[in-house]
Amino acid sequence: MTTEILARVQFAFTIMFHYIYPPLSIGLGVVLVMMEALWLKTGNPKFHNMARYWTRIFALTFAIGVATGIVMEFEFGTNWATYSRFVGDIFGSALAAEGIFAFFLESGFLAILLFGWNKVGPKLHFFATCMVCLGAHFSAIWIVVANSWMQTPAGYHLEKVVDGKPVRLLEGHVVGPGDLGTVRAVIDDFWAMVFNPSSVDRLTHVLLGCWMAGAFLVVSISAFYLLRGRHIEFAKSSMRVGLAFAAVSTILQVGLSGSQTAEGVVKNQPIKLAAMEGVFETRPYTPMTLFGWVDEETQEVSGPKVPGLLSFLVYKNFKTPVVGLNDLPTDDFLHKRHPGASPEELEKIRPSYWPKVNFTFQVYHIMIIVGTALLGLVVVALFFWWRGWLFRTDLIWTRWLLMALVLSVLGPQIANQAGWFTAEIGRQPWIVYEILKTSDSLSKAVRAEEILASLIMFAFVYTLLFALFIYTLTRKIQHGPDTEESSEEMPESWKSVIRKPSLTN
Amino acid sequence: MDLNIIWYILVGVLFTGYAVLDGFDLGVGALHLFVKKDEHRRLMLNSIGPVWDGNEVWLVTGGGALFAAFPEAYATVFSGFYLAFMMLLVCLIFRAVAIEFRSKEPWGWWRKIWDVAFSFSSILSSFLIGVAMGNLVRGIPLGTDREYQGTFLNLLNPYSIFFGCTTVLLFAMHGAIYVSMKTDGDLQNLVRGWIPRLIGVFLAFYFIFNLYTIVDVEWVLSAVRAKPWVFAIVTINVLIVLNIPREISKGREFYAFLSSCVGMCLMMMTFGLTYFPYMVRSNPVLENSLTIYNAASSQKTLGIMLVIAIIGVPIVLAYTASIYWIFRGKTTLTKHSY
Repeated sequence: MTTEILARVQFAFTIMFHYIYPPLSIGLGVVLVMMEALWLKTGNPKFHNMARYWTRIFALTFAIGVATGIVMEFEFGTNWATYSRFVGDIFGSALAAEGIFAFFLESGFLAILLFGWNKVGPKLHFFATCMVCLGAHFSAIWIVVANSWMQTPAGYHLEKVVDGKPVRLLEGHVVGPGDLGTVRAVIDDFWAMVFNPSSVDRLTHVLLGCWMAGAFLVVSISAFYLLRGRHIEFAKSSMRVGLAFAAVSTILQVGLSGSQTAEGVVKNQPIKLAAMEGVFETRPYTPMTLFGWVDEETQEVSGPKVPGLLSFLVYKNFKTPVVGLNDLPTDDFLHKRHPGASPEELEKIRPSYWPKVNFTFQVYHIMIIVGTALLGLVVVALFFWWRGWLFRTDLIWTRWLLMALVLSVLGPQIANQAGWFTAEIGRQPWIVYEILKTSDSLSKAVRAEEILASLIMFAFVYTLLFALFIYTLTRKIQHGPDTEESSEEMPESWKSVIRKPSLTN
Repeated sequence: MDLNIIWYILVGVLFTGYAVLDGFDLGVGALHLFVKKDEHRRLMLNSIGPVWDGNEVWLVTGGGALFAAFPEAYATVFSGFYLAFMMLLVCLIFRAVAIEFRSKEPWGWWRKIWDVAFSFSSILSSFLIGVAMGNLVRGIPLGTDREYQGTFLNLLNPYSIFFGCTTVLLFAMHGAIYVSMKTDGDLQNLVRGWIPRLIGVFLAFYFIFNLYTIVDVEWVLSAVRAKPWVFAIVTINVLIVLNIPREISKGREFYAFLSSCVGMCLMMMTFGLTYFPYMVRSNPVLENSLTIYNAASSQKTLGIMLVIAIIGVPIVLAYTASIYWIFRGKTTLTKHSY
């Protein structure tokens, strides 16, 4: 039990820390592509200057993302060996594809993006920027595909090794204690695995979240410069690009992807949805609780409710009931796993197949509230922009708005973390939904003390890393963009550079 | 040749790529503190600046390929070598961070701390990689459930520690040759002076290492008897390493570096050919070993992965080569440098 908790805490801690950075890189990657495209199109050195500045911020987030990302790949094997043996056939191929298609692309072209300004011409540099951005998106695709397979497994069958020979198991086989280490999931259909029922919805949701993270970082830093009255022209241009990008991704996220993802969850993982909304009883006109507290003992949810709203959001119909936790998982499902149990016993067993309801409820609602707040902020900011007030720092309302925009960088970060918590905690007690339990997936060779030791080590290292990140980011913001363009004139044509590498400076 | 053998080779190629590429930047790290001037240290850092990150991806992809093709081996080794791998991870993080942050501030104490962090984490990473390899060669105690049954201290046996030291020396030699290729002037002269000595020490270690392996690891002798041509590879390997000082003295650093790369490939090949068909040898109960058959994914996955590799690897090689080409020539310091 302690091993399980420690292993889960370690994974949660390392992935949370890691997940601060890749979304920033993915979002900033798109911003860099836009800025360099504008520069190539208009030839205005302003955009060049912007691209250079935001590349420096990008480099920082990317470096920490890489450093903390290797940890994640190792941890499947180190802490979750039984899981790795079980899913290696499927999960491993997604990870390997990520390495070959995404990581090499990113890290290779990153060299040109960061150090190639004087080595290659503008067009080739732009190409490299596109490739880095594409690589970052590929990596999101493969890892979300792998995770979505854990949420909604598809395109596989189970097989058991008996006397050294694999034997195919019948569909609906329940993995028991005797199966651990000898049963594994084997791929049937690669594309069914890749396009499992939840991967497209979840990928859209994650990518939009990443774009928001990058866009609001640009918005936040630009707003800071505007408030301080520094680098005004630079800040205005960056704000325009950043705000437009933030607006598009926030509107798509909150307006479309959010409800689509929820519809997918109710279809594929009804228990998770019921926990997210704190629904215990199945009733028509299922209400939606805006915020509140779930008492798991009394099965009561406090807080303001809108009757029928949840039914409407999920089924586009106020009356259709959303199935509550007291009917989930179904009796059939429980009978299969607990043959011979009486109806009363089943009622007792049922909650052991639920995630922590209040926790799931809270993280989900944090995501929703923060997302809605960001949408509101974006709408106000767009209105100010439209009326021409956005840069009028002499107006008190503009100053308030800019201050809110400075803080807005935290919004996507909180929502991204809370969203992942909802997805992962809401899947418990399963690691692979309704197939393999988290508690059965640990490394048998690893003891609790070892995990504790490494957890302490990571806590120390990551605290240091975070302090350095904030310190360096602050320094970069303080330093601001370079104003003198002349010292680093770009060459006229990249062909001449390719032929003769510049050896001076 | 079946899919399992193909994947044994492919995983081997990925880890060889890692050894050859990250080998030189780990080696540059090992030598970092021996260079005293700040400008020289920055040149060393920037010689690997654009490429170290991509080099590390070979480890990530190698790990991913191992997970995909031989999940049992991945799970057994990674959970079995738990603390060693956690230390390796922390070293790799510190290295990345040290490279990134060292030159951000001009203060002496700041740079000194990161220089030490960079150098020690590079040395310790190389050492741990060597220790892991040494244990794979010796064999580790596995149960019938294919789980590692030893402890962390079992991994620190004299043979594996010696293997680790040899690896540090190998990478340091490789890194020195790389630096002499990428720099000029004082720094190049300084590092060039070290190379013959590094090669001498390395060859001495390499010689002892081979003897030690034959004496300490029982299966190697019989494996070599069955495959006597392994001796030919080892001999060519020694000749190629001896070629390095010759090229250096003629001022052809690129050929020296190429020799060093080929030498490392041959070393990995020697390992792969003698170790085949095992993925993880179990010692003392050989029956519990993981081979390329009982540790592998299904044939279907191996086939799908092969398609992915056939599409992906040529593209990767093409742009990796172009990036090395774009950054060829001597390293210079600019305002974007580390």
